[in-house]
Amino acid sequence: MNKIIRFLPLILVIALGGVLYRGLSLNPQDMPSALVGKTLPDFTLTTLTDANKTVTKADLVGDIVLLNVWATWCPTCKYEHPYLLELANNPQLKPYVKLYGLNYKDERLAAQQWLTHYEDPYHFSIFDEQGTLGLDLGVFGAPETFVIDHQGVIRKRFAGAIDTRVWRKEFEPLIKQLIAEKQQGK
Amino acid sequence: MLNKILFIVVLTVNALMMANTAKASPVETFEFRDEVTKIRFQALSKELRCPKCQNQNLADSNSAIAIDLRRELYELLQQGKADIEIVNFMVSRYGEFVLYRPRVSSLTYILWFGPALLILTGIIVVIIILRKKPAAKADLALSSQQQDKLNHLLQSSKENASQNTNTDKKDKE
Repeated sequence: MNKIIRFLPLILVIALGGVLYRGLSLNPQDMPSALVGKTLPDFTLTTLTDANKTVTKADLVGDIVLLNVWATWCPTCKYEHPYLLELANNPQLKPYVKLYGLNYKDERLAAQQWLTHYEDPYHFSIFDEQGTLGLDLGVFGAPETFVIDHQGVIRKRFAGAIDTRVWRKEFEPLIKQLIAEKQQGK
Repeated sequence: MLNKILFIVVLTVNALMMANTAKASPVETFEFRDEVTKIRFQALSKELRCPKCQNQNLADSNSAIAIDLRRELYELLQQGKADIEIVNFMVSRYGEFVLYRPRVSSLTYILWFGPALLILTGIIVVIIILRKKPAAKADLALSSQQQDKLNHLLQSSKENASQNTNTDKKDKE
């Protein structure tokens, strides 16, 4: 018993070291969204391409949705863009998953030009000039991507650029699960 | 006379420049209904954390999201929302994370009660150590056998000493 007590400080220091070492490799920016598990908030906004065409929550719900928050002022969005095109054209995903854009706090003309210049991966982009839907979604930067299931429930929020590695690790398993859920008609 | 005119010119130019710099300031200005709302705004923007720049509060940060959230906070206050409603509004969008003083929940028990628990363990450990010490001293005390032996030894050394002094005296004589 006495021997164990003698080693207790050493054991505690090693345990503390372990905890701190783990902390080194954690990303503090990686926060769980408060909205995971909640339904997509209601909104009434216009599409990016047509200022007269309003879109609401009902236009998104029904499919498995990737909602990608982007803006022309965001350099990482440009980095991410080629991979989004790849996703949009992926024949395995096309029948199940729809990619929508949320153009966040941007200028309409600049954003339209971006899409003609770089090609448009989105079914359509919602134009959120004031960032109202962004605020309701808890967006604090761009790019961010939300995964919404066919019942309109937010299942995941990812802050940062998507590339092959991120897609495989963060999205692919969830998307497969959601496709299975939809086919079972849950 | 010329000096006076120059002085006035300098003053007006100065005033104009100051007015300009005041306009160019990046800090947005809000007009509050009353003093209480203003104080509540200041308090809440210090309580709420900027989601983007994690070590700054809303009042402190100049990031785009902090500016937006300050404006939102102002509008909620102007609508007459209560503090708790505003906090709930922020938490439902940005998570518990935005609170600098997290609420007590099963997730934050360790945060709230951990320090008290540590102090308590510390006190208990100190008490145990302090209580052990007198016991250790009792162990150091001599048993009656040892005491007898010691007395005996002391006695014999005294006798030796007195004999020695006697022989010393004899040598001198």
